[in-house]
Amino acid sequence: MTTVVAEPHDRLRPRRRTWTPWWLLLPAVVILGALFGYPMGQLGLLSVLDFRQAQVSGGQPTRFLGLANYARIFGDPQFWSVLSATVLFAAACVVATLAVGAGLAVLLTRISKWPRLLLSLAAMAAWAVPAVSGSTVWMFLFDTDLGLVNQTLGLDGVNWMYDRYSAFALVGAVVVWHSFPFVMVTLYAGIEAIPGSVLEAAAIDGASTWRTFWQIMVPILRPLLAIVVIQSIIWDFKVFTQIYVMTRGGGIAGQNLTLNVWAYQQAFAAGEYGLGAAIGVVMMVILLVVTLLYLRTLRRTGEPL
Amino acid sequence: MRLRLAAAAALALTLTACTPSTSSPSSAPSDGGARTGTLKVWLFDEPNRAPKEAVVNDAIAEFTAAHPDTKVDLAYIAVDTRSERFKGAFNDPASAPDVVEYGNTDLPEYAAAGGLADLGPAVTAWPEGADLGADARASATYQGTLLGVPWYVGVRALYYRTDVFTELGLKAPTSQAELVEAAHTVRAKKPDLFGVAVGGKYTFGALPFVWDAGGDIASINSAQSRAGLKAYTDLIKPDNCPPQQCADLTGGKTVELFASGKAGMAIIGNFNRAAVDAGAAKGKYAVVPLPGTKPGSIAPAFAGGNNLGIMRNSQRPALAADFLTLLAGKKYQARMYDAMGNLPTLKSARAEVAGKDPFLQPFLATIDAGTKFVPLDPGWGKIDAAAVLPTMIEKVATGKATVEQATDEAATAIDAALGS
Repeated sequence: MTTVVAEPHDRLRPRRRTWTPWWLLLPAVVILGALFGYPMGQLGLLSVLDFRQAQVSGGQPTRFLGLANYARIFGDPQFWSVLSATVLFAAACVVATLAVGAGLAVLLTRISKWPRLLLSLAAMAAWAVPAVSGSTVWMFLFDTDLGLVNQTLGLDGVNWMYDRYSAFALVGAVVVWHSFPFVMVTLYAGIEAIPGSVLEAAAIDGASTWRTFWQIMVPILRPLLAIVVIQSIIWDFKVFTQIYVMTRGGGIAGQNLTLNVWAYQQAFAAGEYGLGAAIGVVMMVILLVVTLLYLRTLRRTGEPL
Repeated sequence: MRLRLAAAAALALTLTACTPSTSSPSSAPSDGGARTGTLKVWLFDEPNRAPKEAVVNDAIAEFTAAHPDTKVDLAYIAVDTRSERFKGAFNDPASAPDVVEYGNTDLPEYAAAGGLADLGPAVTAWPEGADLGADARASATYQGTLLGVPWYVGVRALYYRTDVFTELGLKAPTSQAELVEAAHTVRAKKPDLFGVAVGGKYTFGALPFVWDAGGDIASINSAQSRAGLKAYTDLIKPDNCPPQQCADLTGGKTVELFASGKAGMAIIGNFNRAAVDAGAAKGKYAVVPLPGTKPGSIAPAFAGGNNLGIMRNSQRPALAADFLTLLAGKKYQARMYDAMGNLPTLKSARAEVAGKDPFLQPFLATIDAGTKFVPLDPGWGKIDAAAVLPTMIEKVATGKATVEQATDEAATAIDAALGS
């Protein structure tokens, strides 16, 4: 940042000018610093303390523990199995969300006005439904004895939550259902902004739809895709409501626990705020690393962001 | 300049707030505080609250008539979010209530948080206090201090369908072996019914089996506990209650199943009577104590129930004690039984309701045979929150682990929670 190679005519300007961006950024930095820096600092601080309900209400003194909370997390075999389940589940959800969202975005550009309006409305409705209500409705649909799905398919008495993978698949479907509209709308806006002449030229050159999508649209949409992917990764990695509601807090024998539900169960429901803060820090670091790696690979492929 | 000031202010704010907030425990006024003013009361919300509300409103009317210039500010809090509400009240004394209803299993957690006041002197001074049994007092005592007055208790017993039993020529089981046999017969003869509804998430349905075998939560991987757990999980089998349907059932779900006529038997509390009567099983059931392995014995039940307590931060402890003893007294305990079916804790009140309602006999017999309790330790909250026992039951029921593996795993978690 500091070693800026100035353009020739810039050399004549006074040095003071390099401070202008900083002044302009300052209000944002102050507000973001207060709104993000403070809670994050507190999170980090709590994660190294013995801070339980008894400490919050002043029944016992707060003690400094160093990294003991972290040692407890990393030493817990359940953490590792929950972490791997979360990563795989989130990855599957991200891929499915993007596939559905991108597919429907392309579809939106190709259909006439009324179907487009209907599809948009349906997607908006899915987007607008609160996660708890949406999950509950899906639960009704897939209820073991009285659900519409089981009755229609004649699968009486089949419990979709009994098998670990069918439970994850069902919850994943709900997560995708909740999050594909954002991807669809964003990409649809992006596709609409692609100059018609480019697509026309591709069509004249005889490119198929498939090829146009991968070789024209995707490169042009790359910045948008980056945002959509990062958003999806963050959302799906942090999934809580759908798992908590649909698997009643982690499924049979905890088979459907994800990191956030596990953290809630281990730490917050039990009043172990220090431990919970440490899990929060671990999750934040994982997300940060994943996001940075993703941005880096994007840069490597030559597209500046 | 303004920006620099703002930055400095933000920085100052960050620095001064460097330690996490801890509310300093304020001690209650030693003279008992003001005798007038507003008394804040929290009671639990119920699925069917109107009868409870009517009784409590009468108590409030009686209280305010006897205490001039007082007002009772009553709030019904949701049971599901009680933990957050109580933690909030402990952390912010200014908005905390004076008198609270709380679950007896929550006692150690609240006690360790230093949130509840010592009721010893108030109960000693209360004429009806002597009527409180020793077991009831013990269930509200934490580390030698009485922190609540048991308001009512609830125990579970075995409900069974009289019509189904008569049709199949069965009689009410008097031993665990008979219970299992009856369950298998019902399931075999009537495949659309579960023999006895049991659930993987129904901790208080499983614990009587463990206790009856001589096991306990604190020694969950002992041979006795394992035998008890095996007896329970053997019921989550296709010949009684298939794991597909029953592995993730909660206690509440088993009540629904029995009430809607889908189970031949179920382990249900006296407090669920209204729910059962609201369903298809109404008028077609009877209740016996849950039998133990030894013929004629009763499996120890979990002594659930709620206490009334006073918050340590209360500024009107004397007034609060007056209201608490009124509400916990014989008159209102008996009325709460009539309204809600809550079993009184005062011996005289219990004798009174037992005399007029034969339905209570199996539950009172269960109490007389001796009840058990979860560990009186703040760690219980953690065991409960982390679903240690349901996970253990479900692992065995679904065949994900053997009884030995599941109990060893649970024992590690329980030891860690109780040790901390």
